[in-house]
Amino acid sequence: MSAADRKPAAKAAGMVLAVAPDATPSGAAWAETLPNPVRPAFDRPSTEDGVIVNIGPSHPATHGTLQIIAELNGERVVRTDVHCGYLHRGFEKECEAHTWHNLMPFVDRLNYCSGLLNEFAYCDAVETLMDIELTPRTRVLRTLLGEYSRIADHMTCIAASVMEMGAMTAFLYLMTIRDYIYEHLADLTGARVTYTYSRIGGLANDLPKGWIQRLEEILDEYEVYIGRIHGLLDRNRIFIDRTRNVGVLTPEEAVHWGFTGPILRSTGVPRDLRKDTPYLAYADLDFDVPVGIKGDNYDRYFVRMREMDESVHMIRQLIDLLPEGPLNVDDRRCSFPKKELVYSEIESLINHFKLVIDGPQVPAGEVYRAHEAANGELGFFLVSDGTGTPYKVHVRAPSFVHMGGLHRMLDGYQLADIISSFGTVNMIGGECDR
Amino acid sequence: MPTTTMPLERLEPLRERLTAAGYDAQPAHGLLAVTLPRAALLETAALLKTEFGFDLFLDVTAIDWPERDPRFDVVHHFYSTRDHVRVRLKTAVTLADPTVASLVSLYGSAGFMERECHDMYGIVFEGNPDLRPILLYEGFEGHPLRKDYVKEHEQPLVRYRT
Amino acid sequence: MTMDPSQAGAGKSGAFEYITTKKDELIGWGRKFSIFPYPFVTACCAMEFMSVSSTIYDTDRFGAALPRFTPRQSDLLMVVGTVTHKQAPILRKVYEQMCEPKWVMAFGVCASSGGFYQNYATLQGIDKIIPVDVYIPGCPPRPETVIDGIMQLQDKIAGARHPIITQTF
Repeated sequence: MSAADRKPAAKAAGMVLAVAPDATPSGAAWAETLPNPVRPAFDRPSTEDGVIVNIGPSHPATHGTLQIIAELNGERVVRTDVHCGYLHRGFEKECEAHTWHNLMPFVDRLNYCSGLLNEFAYCDAVETLMDIELTPRTRVLRTLLGEYSRIADHMTCIAASVMEMGAMTAFLYLMTIRDYIYEHLADLTGARVTYTYSRIGGLANDLPKGWIQRLEEILDEYEVYIGRIHGLLDRNRIFIDRTRNVGVLTPEEAVHWGFTGPILRSTGVPRDLRKDTPYLAYADLDFDVPVGIKGDNYDRYFVRMREMDESVHMIRQLIDLLPEGPLNVDDRRCSFPKKELVYSEIESLINHFKLVIDGPQVPAGEVYRAHEAANGELGFFLVSDGTGTPYKVHVRAPSFVHMGGLHRMLDGYQLADIISSFGTVNMIGGECDR
Repeated sequence: MPTTTMPLERLEPLRERLTAAGYDAQPAHGLLAVTLPRAALLETAALLKTEFGFDLFLDVTAIDWPERDPRFDVVHHFYSTRDHVRVRLKTAVTLADPTVASLVSLYGSAGFMERECHDMYGIVFEGNPDLRPILLYEGFEGHPLRKDYVKEHEQPLVRYRT
Repeated sequence: MTMDPSQAGAGKSGAFEYITTKKDELIGWGRKFSIFPYPFVTACCAMEFMSVSSTIYDTDRFGAALPRFTPRQSDLLMVVGTVTHKQAPILRKVYEQMCEPKWVMAFGVCASSGGFYQNYATLQGIDKIIPVDVYIPGCPPRPETVIDGIMQLQDKIAGARHPIITQTF
């Protein structure tokens, strides 16, 4: 494949779909060529009995739009060509057209299963550039909500991946608990899935009355439901047969292909940014980093289950550690003044106006800050030219890097293993394609 | 100072080595930021991997400075799983010759990330055998993240009904 | 003198219209409670799609729970999430593979109008390439909004006329 060998869309080797005039009652009356948006790496099987199949991008069992062109020999996968990018929504270009505050909803929708983790990582990067120190209450609260979001993400991953292997009951149990979490976060932030709750220098609003009490109730219910999942799956012969020794990664391979997060930990490498380079309130917490033994699908499932338990343990400690105090840092470069002051004092009015229209003025420079998101190292590389709009916002998305190494987990296994391996990798389209 | 612990003293030997080689290496917000000439990129990356234990390749991207010549800054980030430190390598390339050495020979993860950088900015990575569009599609003309690409300029693949 | 076939029963006692109206209602009732969705899932709205299909909100009570994972066996195309220009040929192809009668639901603002992504990559609403029957706004919409959308679609399905003799028969 030579570089930059692009063919125009209409002439690319593609599927021709001709609809005869007046054939359908809905009135579609044109013959149309639908171009193929990708160019496969191979179009001929390498062996006599090989056959090439296309999986995706609209496929029920691939959670997220991803296309895998696989060459099969019988049921064995010989080689795969992974195509992502079907959800490329132009995140970076959009960010350059909004102020540092206004682009918070875009950041949210990166890893949409755990929106708060993305927001906190982004705000951390901006706060590093602006040299802002968070208030103690915000530090603890961000850690707590980050872990809460991580639980929701791992639940979604496990639920979707085991559903594809047939465990519908486990899916419904996990969806029920996840719904409680969503409603609970909606009480706090106003939205169930995409929150836009974090602000540069703090958070949008404080906890409502009774929130912590409901949190403890949900954590107790979580234990009940997760106990059921363990009972259904852990020692289930069918589940073990489908996931043990499938999609195996060695530790060296995992690091070479850039895997981080639960996938790297499932191979036995105990790397976790929360432990190695602690940020927010993680240095004050007592938690373990679960690692797997073989790096196969079963280990990835189990590492996620154990990580959820560790998150619950962390949340319980954080509830005790939560101090009283203000949420937003008292820095008029980024924090909005109180509304009473905006309407009575001219300085606060101008401050509010400048923050909304121009955005917070971030000093010129570059910063790369990474947090341990649910899928691995989520890094934000920000370039500021001193104004209120970013010059560049680049996301180092763990899912995207994992897609580069996905073929190592798929080649050599069977066709049905593609589904289970892909499920445990937890590719989130918003994060992968940005 | 944000509340993080970054073991910056572990970067001292690397900083001394790179400054001795004539490159500009400064600590910046918790990592070591190094500016290199383009020709030195591959050997410095190999040095980082073999001698200083930077085994995880994090990211490659570019920054577009249209009113400056050389126009692009190609930025690589590396992480050491042994020492828990990060390094940034920055090289400048021009619009007329936006080529940079590819790191696929050192890190497997470089493949996809270099494809994305090529898609978005047009940086050509010499040595990467596969620079097909990854986030964009066949037939897309232009490189959207360059500052002269208008954000709303769409290139539809399917004819519109209305 | 050409006579419009649909006026065939005019002037008679109205029994003909009564039978055809009841036939239409029966067909509409049958179709609206046996929707086979094809969830064309792309982005964040998938989270709410999973929630609305699950135990607390439950689309099964509308008969719309059982997704058919091939367009040839389904009748409701639920486009859940953002459709980009790269994805557009796939969506058009899936739509054309479905047989009549078929309906399209634009789930979420990204499918309805492009959402807040107004750039080179995002299709500004799927109605630019396929006809849409019901638009469900929200980013992502609450499950109750989705259920409201499904019920409005059911009203539309139930109210459709099925003339015996049409232009294309």
